[in-house]
Amino acid sequence: MINLKSFMARQDILALIILAALLFVVMPMSMDIFRLNLIGKYLTYAFVAIGLVLCWGKGGILSLGQGVFFGLGGYCMAMYLKLESSTPEATAIQSTPGIPDFMDWNQITELPWFWEPFNSLTFTLVAILVVPALFAFIIGAAMFKRRVGGVYFAIITQAIAAILTILIIGQQGYTGGVNGITDLRTLKGWDIRSDDAKYFLYFLNGALLLGVLVLCQFVLKSKLGRLLVALRDKEDRVRFSGYDVANFKIFVFCFAAVLSAIGGAMFTLQVGFMSPSFVGIVPSIEMVIFCAVGGRLSIFGAVYGTLLVNWAKTTFSETFPELWLFGLGALFIAVVLVFPNGLSGLYRSYLAPHVDRWIFRKPPEGGSTGTGAIDTPAFEPDPAARPAE
Amino acid sequence: MRRLKDLIEHRLSRRSVLTGTAAAAMLVTAGAIAPVHADDVNTTGLAVTEDTVKVGILHSVTGTMAISETGSVQAEKLAIEQINAMGGVLGRKIEYIQEDGGSDWPTFAEKAKKLLVSDKVAAVFGCWTSASRKAVLPVFEQYNGMLYYPTFYEGLEQSPNVIYTGQEATQQILAGIDWVAKEKGAKSFYLLGSDYIWPRTSNKIARKHIEKLGMKVVGEEYYPLGHTQFNSVINKIKLKKPDVIYAIVVGGSNVAFYKQLKAAGIDMTKEKPVLLTISVTEDEIRGIGGENIEGAYAAMKYFQSLDNENNKEFVSAFKEMWGDEIVIGDVTQAAYLGPWLWKAAVEKAGSFDIDKVRLASPGIELTTAPEGYVRVHENHHLWSKTRIGLAKPDGQYELVYETADLMEPDPFPEGYQ
Repeated sequence: MINLKSFMARQDILALIILAALLFVVMPMSMDIFRLNLIGKYLTYAFVAIGLVLCWGKGGILSLGQGVFFGLGGYCMAMYLKLESSTPEATAIQSTPGIPDFMDWNQITELPWFWEPFNSLTFTLVAILVVPALFAFIIGAAMFKRRVGGVYFAIITQAIAAILTILIIGQQGYTGGVNGITDLRTLKGWDIRSDDAKYFLYFLNGALLLGVLVLCQFVLKSKLGRLLVALRDKEDRVRFSGYDVANFKIFVFCFAAVLSAIGGAMFTLQVGFMSPSFVGIVPSIEMVIFCAVGGRLSIFGAVYGTLLVNWAKTTFSETFPELWLFGLGALFIAVVLVFPNGLSGLYRSYLAPHVDRWIFRKPPEGGSTGTGAIDTPAFEPDPAARPAE
Repeated sequence: MRRLKDLIEHRLSRRSVLTGTAAAAMLVTAGAIAPVHADDVNTTGLAVTEDTVKVGILHSVTGTMAISETGSVQAEKLAIEQINAMGGVLGRKIEYIQEDGGSDWPTFAEKAKKLLVSDKVAAVFGCWTSASRKAVLPVFEQYNGMLYYPTFYEGLEQSPNVIYTGQEATQQILAGIDWVAKEKGAKSFYLLGSDYIWPRTSNKIARKHIEKLGMKVVGEEYYPLGHTQFNSVINKIKLKKPDVIYAIVVGGSNVAFYKQLKAAGIDMTKEKPVLLTISVTEDEIRGIGGENIEGAYAAMKYFQSLDNENNKEFVSAFKEMWGDEIVIGDVTQAAYLGPWLWKAAVEKAGSFDIDKVRLASPGIELTTAPEGYVRVHENHHLWSKTRIGLAKPDGQYELVYETADLMEPDPFPEGYQ
């Protein structure tokens, strides 16, 4: 049994408990299943945002292509679900029954070889984790071993997002094209569209998210986490100290990719379809915004940032269908201008000192505990204040 | 009691409306006596009160699709306003809740669900692209909603929860190809389109029909949405010299395609080649520029220039509400039919219940549709005429041909799949 206290300070445990209470008690009690399902959908983006905190906030690797991994996870799940709903009986109306409907529309007469393994749920679950990890490993190895970083890396990830979108849209017979893979019904005969299923998936999603948060906290507090921060701030010094910097970067990039893919798979399950509109450049940048609004240094901040942005998006668009984009734009400008460190930055400067004083009876700043709050400013100088690389 | 009296008066006053005084005059053949209490006409908990009924409008008013979908929103609002001016549906004023799909398919699904689950709307008028329809379809089937979908589309679909007020592919394609073969003596075709399901399916049907008539296809090509470099295909067209260029390019790509075609010296006002499109309405011509597409032919069911009384009233009411600059394309007119078809079905059923409206829908006819007479088929598509229009430099189409009979909608065409 891993000792939780060895890598989570009291503040972190408190943050975890508050988030758990919010997700598992407050939200289900205050919302109907429709709104709860929406929250579930938002939370799948939080997986990506948490990955970005590790990768970008801590490791200094800005990836503008996380949608690729979100999409890979989501598509793996969608392929399995689509095959399950494309039984010969359900598709009897097609010229070739038993294959997904969009293949039939594109004159494809047999299931392509790479779809075959997705008949197995075990394979699918493994693929959701392995395919994005492998893809991230290839990209990471190709880039980081050659010491490509910073802006160049960001541009390349964007290009990859664009390429994958074009590939999916162009190969519509194999991928569903612009429409995506739609009309997913059951998982092993269990109807994922029913309200009961939606409740279950919401709680599963929440539990996975909390698990991922604990795991990330573990990584961040380990030697690896400190190395990440070190190579973000002074990569050369880490290299001269004898570390192979590239390997650490590859690891954290793959780790973030796997988290995104888990989010993508949960998204497909809860929303019931997957389409290239989650893979491209725009959604990938949006995911970076979730992370930035939450505060790129805090994994908990990322969750709240994702919830806030998506909630605002839904609410603004319901209230002002023709003007809502301006409202959302104003929110982003405000974040950058007024609180560049996002929600977690606000929390740290205004609330945390009080919380520390009242709950933990501890002097606010520069406390003696080495591994204090998630983002002890003394440990991590604000990356925004650093000159550009 | 007062309500009952209003209703009776409304029913009596319909006679006078039928004589065609107001622009709103829209003949409806439904005939049941309207029940009075909300509980009687609504047994499934929809948002119906004693004097109002809520419906949803779900289109993109932001993002890349906004330019196309705005016309549909305007048409639906106009129809709703006219219906309310006539006394509403079963004596209830229509209140609409508008949601923005944001040109983003999952958002469409989310908003559709909101409209059905939270707002409990009695009907939704909306969606434009096939992708958005595919995204909302499971939602409508699961929560048993009713969607009126306005766009001409690829067919291969027939949902109990959708009424398709635009034409499906065979209606648009077969008549157009028959016409060009007969009137223009066409022998060879070059098919091209944007790369997604509608152009591909449409060209598949077109190719089958062309080959069935003993003519031949000399080329078939697709370009990604938003593509702007058509020079290579234009060169191939010049090389192969087809009699007909059959173009299903959509959205912004149209502007580049027609300008480059003209710049390459392909003059569509000459005898050959004939350019026949099923994707360019008056809305698109506004972007392309009338002088760039002059001489092209379009096969669809409605043109703004149609010369009949219904259409004149529709166009003037539309301009009065939305401004003189506005143009009205095929899809806009189809969107306008949605609320009227729904009203007719509700009144025939004597109830807002989705299941009863569904059963009542087949056979519903509108004699005062701007395009002329339409009727709902068993398969939830519309019987409608197909027309050929010749593009004029002022951005309007001139009607050159219309089918004598209504074309039967056939979303799963035998022998064309």
